[in-house]
Amino acid sequence: MPVLEGKGLTKYFGGLVAVSNVDLHVDEGEIVGLIGPNGAGKTTLFNLISGALPLRSGTILFKGQKISGLKPYEICRRGVARTFQSIKVFPDMSALQNVLLGSYFGVSPGMSSMEALREAKEILEFMGLSASSATRARDLTLASQKRLEVARALATKPQLLLIDEMMAGLNPTEVAQAIELVSSIRKNGITIIMIEHVMKAIMNVCERIIVLHHGQKIAEGTPQEIVSSETVIKLYLGERARAAS
Amino acid sequence: MYIVITVSWTMFSGPTGYISLAPAAFFGVGVYTSALLGLVLPLPAIIGIGGLASFCLALFVGALTLRLRGTYFVMFTFGLVELLLHFVLWWEVNITGTTGRVVPTVNNTKVFYFMLIIFVILMFALYTIRGSRFGLALEAIGQNEDAAAHTGVNVTMVKVITFAISAFFMGAAGALMATRWTYIDPKIAFNPLLSFMPVLMAIFGGMGQLYGPIIGAAIFAYLEEFLITRFPYYYMLIFGTIMVIAIVYMPEGLVGLIRRLLKSSTEGRHART
Repeated sequence: MPVLEGKGLTKYFGGLVAVSNVDLHVDEGEIVGLIGPNGAGKTTLFNLISGALPLRSGTILFKGQKISGLKPYEICRRGVARTFQSIKVFPDMSALQNVLLGSYFGVSPGMSSMEALREAKEILEFMGLSASSATRARDLTLASQKRLEVARALATKPQLLLIDEMMAGLNPTEVAQAIELVSSIRKNGITIIMIEHVMKAIMNVCERIIVLHHGQKIAEGTPQEIVSSETVIKLYLGERARAAS
Repeated sequence: MYIVITVSWTMFSGPTGYISLAPAAFFGVGVYTSALLGLVLPLPAIIGIGGLASFCLALFVGALTLRLRGTYFVMFTFGLVELLLHFVLWWEVNITGTTGRVVPTVNNTKVFYFMLIIFVILMFALYTIRGSRFGLALEAIGQNEDAAAHTGVNVTMVKVITFAISAFFMGAAGALMATRWTYIDPKIAFNPLLSFMPVLMAIFGGMGQLYGPIIGAAIFAYLEEFLITRFPYYYMLIFGTIMVIAIVYMPEGLVGLIRRLLKSSTEGRHART
């Protein structure tokens, strides 16, 4: 059974079609990449799934249950967590507090403070942030802030994690670390959808890629299928990608 | 009294950053509770009911308006004060045929001790909230509401409940203060100035720390009394000037100023390279 299923997802901003009649399904344990030019509707699609924006039409099922129409916090508590393209950490709270909030209010709220604290520390450790757990989030480097966002999302104990451009603005070493992190998150049994412009990352970690353009799904397939697809090359990747592959 | 109102204002507006101009409304509800029930019920009951009435009003208003953000919220809360003021005025003139009411008085020491009790309970509530996960959620809302929502926080509920708790204390303070004034009418009970004062006092004292608003309110209240008796004609002018200077030179309030002074004196000792 797919973890996430979307049927006929549509969203307009005024007269602009942001996402138009997109169907998608994500199976358990998959890493799915979501790519496309700027303004293709990738982040909007995330906003629809996570409940930040209401759907114009269509339905979203999570583990067979309808989640479209629920509020963001309800969707989070069902087990869908996300990160943001423009970083949204809590700047004046420490890294630990950022993560703690996720443990307190995520899928299993009402756990004891001790337990939440232990879990938050584990997650910081896992994300390689334990050294800066007392640092205010605003004082962390960009790469660490992005990892903190993922840590906070993980603390809510999701089954599906939506990662919005984790690699943008990172240097090659940081990208390599991020790729490793994504794979190890998946090993913990969490399904991932990621938006990314760093093709190397997408091609390396994703099993399946969905390409959006002008709000429509124009292609879907394995990384190999995508790099060799005529439409995708024409609209997004460009001729050089073909030469490189 | 100012301390209670300012601190309860800070309870909600401090961490969330939602500037509420509704204190006068909640205070006024308390005042009127006292005026209506003053002869029938003992003082503690009136204070409790005044607080509860404000609590309920805040729950209702909060549920309606806490979706609004920024300036819209500020405008609405201020509108609420005016709305209640004119509604009560209209009611008194057209339905009950009075404009003012007489409130049974209580002696001053008693008022003082009751205010102290309210203050202690308020500080206790504030302290409990700050240390709890609820307080953490509140802070998260202030720093990034979207992210808080996507981390599983029911932002609307957290905001509305805190708003209502803070209104409870304002209402209780209103119910108590009414007994000192003996005569009230809608313009006294719903005095818009009471909405601005807590904001100014909290800013003056510094919102970052628990004791900031307390210091701010205490000094401010004293300053007001002092200026009003010494310079009755220029008092508003002097008041305004002090406020402008405070905002320009002490953006973090008195507490910020004190901290900076402490810091510079310690830094002087361990001079950095």
